[in-house]
Amino acid sequence: MGSNGPIIACFSGLASLLKLRLAATSNADGGKYPGGLKRELMPKHVAIIMDGNRRWAKNRGLPVQLGHKAGEEVMKRIAIKCSQLGVKVLTVFAFSTENWLRPQEEVGFLMKLFEQVIQTDFNELTRHDMQISIIGDKSRLPKSLQSLITTAEESSKSNKGMRLFVALNYSGRYDITQATKKIASKVRDGILSAQDIDEGSFDQHLETSQIDFPNPDLLIRTSGELRLSNFMLWQLAYTELLFVQKLFPEFNEGDLLEAFRSFQQRQRRYGGV
Amino acid sequence: MENSMDRFAGRLFGSTVSYIRRFLFRVLSVGPIPNHIAFILDGNRRYAKKWNLGEGMGHRAGFLALMSIMKYCYELGVKYVTIYAFSIDNFKRRPEEVQYVMDMMLEKIEGLLKEESIVNQYGVRVYFVGNLKLLNENVRMAAEKAMKAASNNSRSVILICVAYTSTDEIVHAAQESCEEKWTEIQSLTDARNCEIIEEKREGSNVIKLADIERHMYMGVAPDPDILVRTSGETRLSNFLLWQTSNCLLYSPRALWPEIGLRHLVWAVLNFQRIYPYLEKRRKNI
Repeated sequence: MGSNGPIIACFSGLASLLKLRLAATSNADGGKYPGGLKRELMPKHVAIIMDGNRRWAKNRGLPVQLGHKAGEEVMKRIAIKCSQLGVKVLTVFAFSTENWLRPQEEVGFLMKLFEQVIQTDFNELTRHDMQISIIGDKSRLPKSLQSLITTAEESSKSNKGMRLFVALNYSGRYDITQATKKIASKVRDGILSAQDIDEGSFDQHLETSQIDFPNPDLLIRTSGELRLSNFMLWQLAYTELLFVQKLFPEFNEGDLLEAFRSFQQRQRRYGGV
Repeated sequence: MENSMDRFAGRLFGSTVSYIRRFLFRVLSVGPIPNHIAFILDGNRRYAKKWNLGEGMGHRAGFLALMSIMKYCYELGVKYVTIYAFSIDNFKRRPEEVQYVMDMMLEKIEGLLKEESIVNQYGVRVYFVGNLKLLNENVRMAAEKAMKAASNNSRSVILICVAYTSTDEIVHAAQESCEEKWTEIQSLTDARNCEIIEEKREGSNVIKLADIERHMYMGVAPDPDILVRTSGETRLSNFLLWQTSNCLLYSPRALWPEIGLRHLVWAVLNFQRIYPYLEKRRKNI
């Protein structure tokens, strides 16, 4: 902001490069945890808002669909890299409840793309022992996509590796609302009293329940936009947010490691000491 | 003689700065001005450590910064300002610190009621938002008194979040929605005409998004346009999770007591940059 800004940025950039080189040489896990990452500080649950496919395509004079295809490739590579680095849960924001407002051809293309991803990419991902689940309001998706989803979830159910959540027709407000409806039904049926509703009730009924690490430690949003766009709102209460300038199709494994490094330097206090 | 010259010079300087600021705001107002800005006041303790002050002094410096920022916001034309004053998580801090903050809050709330306070100067309506039952009796009563005293003000609004977390707010809204639906269903069951009742039961059984929103503590204000968190930390810390779903997030490195006009201007300029996109979305939904 001031005129010292660029100079300071330069120095701190050099300083962090130096720190990384020193850390790399002293890192015992060099092979698995490159570039000075510490095993004990790795995020357990990473969430990604895969923004910027359309802008990437427009910048190159390509149709929007090719932007989404490029994004699909990147998502696969990032998922595999996260799995290799020992991340326990990865959630990606593929389609929001608000994306239905996009042009019909684009929405139609995306639905077909999701079917293709399930039929081809998911096979590769399950070979890395990933357990795949789709979160979101599946009832609004095309029937063909719904049945593919059910099959994919069933077949990867017994895998023991990283859990991959793909958010399709999902939003944070939708998730909280559907959890409230489930809780309200239990109250109506006498299983629960209104007074007993607490944060645990929500933790149990949100779409990310039933897993060990339901709340992301780190959220990465590409394309430089500084907002959450109605992604996982409840679960992001204490999540470290990282906004990256690059468009999603340009995001590579190096950027992912850089994001983890930045995460590991943050001090999380959770409101206490 | 020299003293009165100094005073005159001081006044002249102050007026010039104020004139430049008002001119700057006029220029900014050519573009859209955010209706609601929310602030996470982070960094008071680090500020105190940095300047070797007692921890309590950090909070006091933070309060002064708050008064300036509120003034700038209202001068600029921002109608709603929300601040994260005290989280339910903050009760976990050392008892001495919690007690100090509570005492300071009591002192400042009582200050709000005074004639010359910012509340009366700018016609600010005050809301204390959060699970107020968790506060000490005297702080809660002072808060309620302040809310009542300022209830006729309508030019601008300040929402002070104390004993607040967003997850607690959502749980509370869910409880209230359930209880309201339960009462509705009960009253329908008591009525005479059974066929109509059955249909109404099915329809009103479903809790909708609007029901939850209605029962939120923050339901008295529209969603924030910008959320500012100072001290360089980029996380929400359980603040306004529901309401910031599409809000611009800005996290300057400055500690809260160091926040100034330039940060506010930067935030507003960024807001104006993305405004066309937000408007398009709003029209579509």
